[in-house]
Amino acid sequence: MKRVVITGAGTVNSLGLDVPSTLKAMAEGKNGISELQFRDVDRLAIRIGGQIHDWDAEGRFNRQQMALYDRFTQFTLVAAQQAIGRSGLEFVGDLALRSGVVLGTSGGGLTTQDDNYRMVYEEGKNRVHPFVVPKLMNNAATSHVSMEYNLKGPCFTVATACASSNHAMGQAFNMVRHGVATAMVTGGSESMLCFGGVKAWEGLRVMSKDACRPFSLTRNGMVQGEGAAVFVFEEYEHAKKRGAEILAEVIGFAMTSDASDIVMPSKQGAARAISGAIQDARINASEIGYINAHGTGTAANDKTECAAVADALGAHADNIMISSTKSMHGHLIGGTGAVELLACIMALRDGIIAPTINYEEPDPECALDVVPNEARDAQVDVVLSNAFAFGGLNAVLALRKAP
Amino acid sequence: MSQDVKEKIIEIIAEQAVLDPADVSLDQSLEDLGIDSLGLVESIFAIEETFDISVPFNANEPEQSDFDISSVAAIVSAVEALIADQKA
Repeated sequence: MKRVVITGAGTVNSLGLDVPSTLKAMAEGKNGISELQFRDVDRLAIRIGGQIHDWDAEGRFNRQQMALYDRFTQFTLVAAQQAIGRSGLEFVGDLALRSGVVLGTSGGGLTTQDDNYRMVYEEGKNRVHPFVVPKLMNNAATSHVSMEYNLKGPCFTVATACASSNHAMGQAFNMVRHGVATAMVTGGSESMLCFGGVKAWEGLRVMSKDACRPFSLTRNGMVQGEGAAVFVFEEYEHAKKRGAEILAEVIGFAMTSDASDIVMPSKQGAARAISGAIQDARINASEIGYINAHGTGTAANDKTECAAVADALGAHADNIMISSTKSMHGHLIGGTGAVELLACIMALRDGIIAPTINYEEPDPECALDVVPNEARDAQVDVVLSNAFAFGGLNAVLALRKAP
Repeated sequence: MSQDVKEKIIEIIAEQAVLDPADVSLDQSLEDLGIDSLGLVESIFAIEETFDISVPFNANEPEQSDFDISSVAAIVSAVEALIADQKA
């Protein structure tokens, strides 16, 4: 088995439009949640989100590109440009044939669907733009990254709701680890902040109207975000030989299914995924210093997640730090694990643990060190990133400090 | 208690519980009737659609909601209050 390292990272989200500004915001415990701004927002009961307000799509893409790029694809391409640029890789010859793209998304081109349904149903138009299908398809972002950077190996999109990115990065990790690919561009993207997108979530009655407060007794639901994060996963010897800067090593991955309920999480399913990642990484639970939580801020997730961590880590659960950066950037659904992996990299590389902001009151059912409100300096060698999706699909990644 | 509101709510709840409306009594709780959190959210949606009202309910803090769901009778009174408020 080969070792897998991260040699590039890029992101756009409500905290920042690149990695340095995002990490700075996370370290400062900045709140990226604001009033939503889009058409018909006045017809929504939920009007806050981690929306990217200063996104200048027309300034970034030409007319032909705009006709083909939904907002989730735009986010992906900008994040991919940063990540691949940072890695210094150029995909030509054999490397191009042996490298691919696996990205997560849940809604794909949901904004494109929303806009075009509105046109035909509400506005009564009988014609839509000819590129609606290639613009809205879930694999559009993956394909455009593949086309833009000449990545000709394994390319596909993973959709497992809130775990999409972690599942995608898990596939990328295993492809490099098992020699199927030399490098994989991976991560995820989401853009559900449009009228139809938020209206659908409103129906479940799990959204907060004021703030995302993971693990706090006063939490009252999740807040959505949008954006993307993209990484370059590369075979270690390949990266070493070319003198690439390594951000972190990916050492383990596990996925499980609760096989029980379409929305209610299960402690056993989550705990099996955490234990599975620890076993896959061939580490002891006691080596873990930090966990980036799924931490949605719903009543159900947070207590189940804390119980699962306690189950999987035993007494060591009381020694680790666990925080939810969703409190700052919101829940990016299919892109969330990717943005949250940045907090893991910051913990390993910079020794800064991102906080759980908006924390007001301890919940006895979430009695772990959730790094409330302020970032903390700490040296950690091994971290986990949790993602537990609707549908009971769980995916956990394990990372270690760069070799 | 308005007969009409009561009957319609019992119909909605009976449908969720897969019971005959005659088998739903006012003193029962949703739990007694075997209605889970998804069933509750669906019932509230049906109530909103039937009476054209908006029900304040967040599944994360059901106990803090002004909308009392402790029994079928409580739901009927809460809906009557909402109708009075919102249709006034």
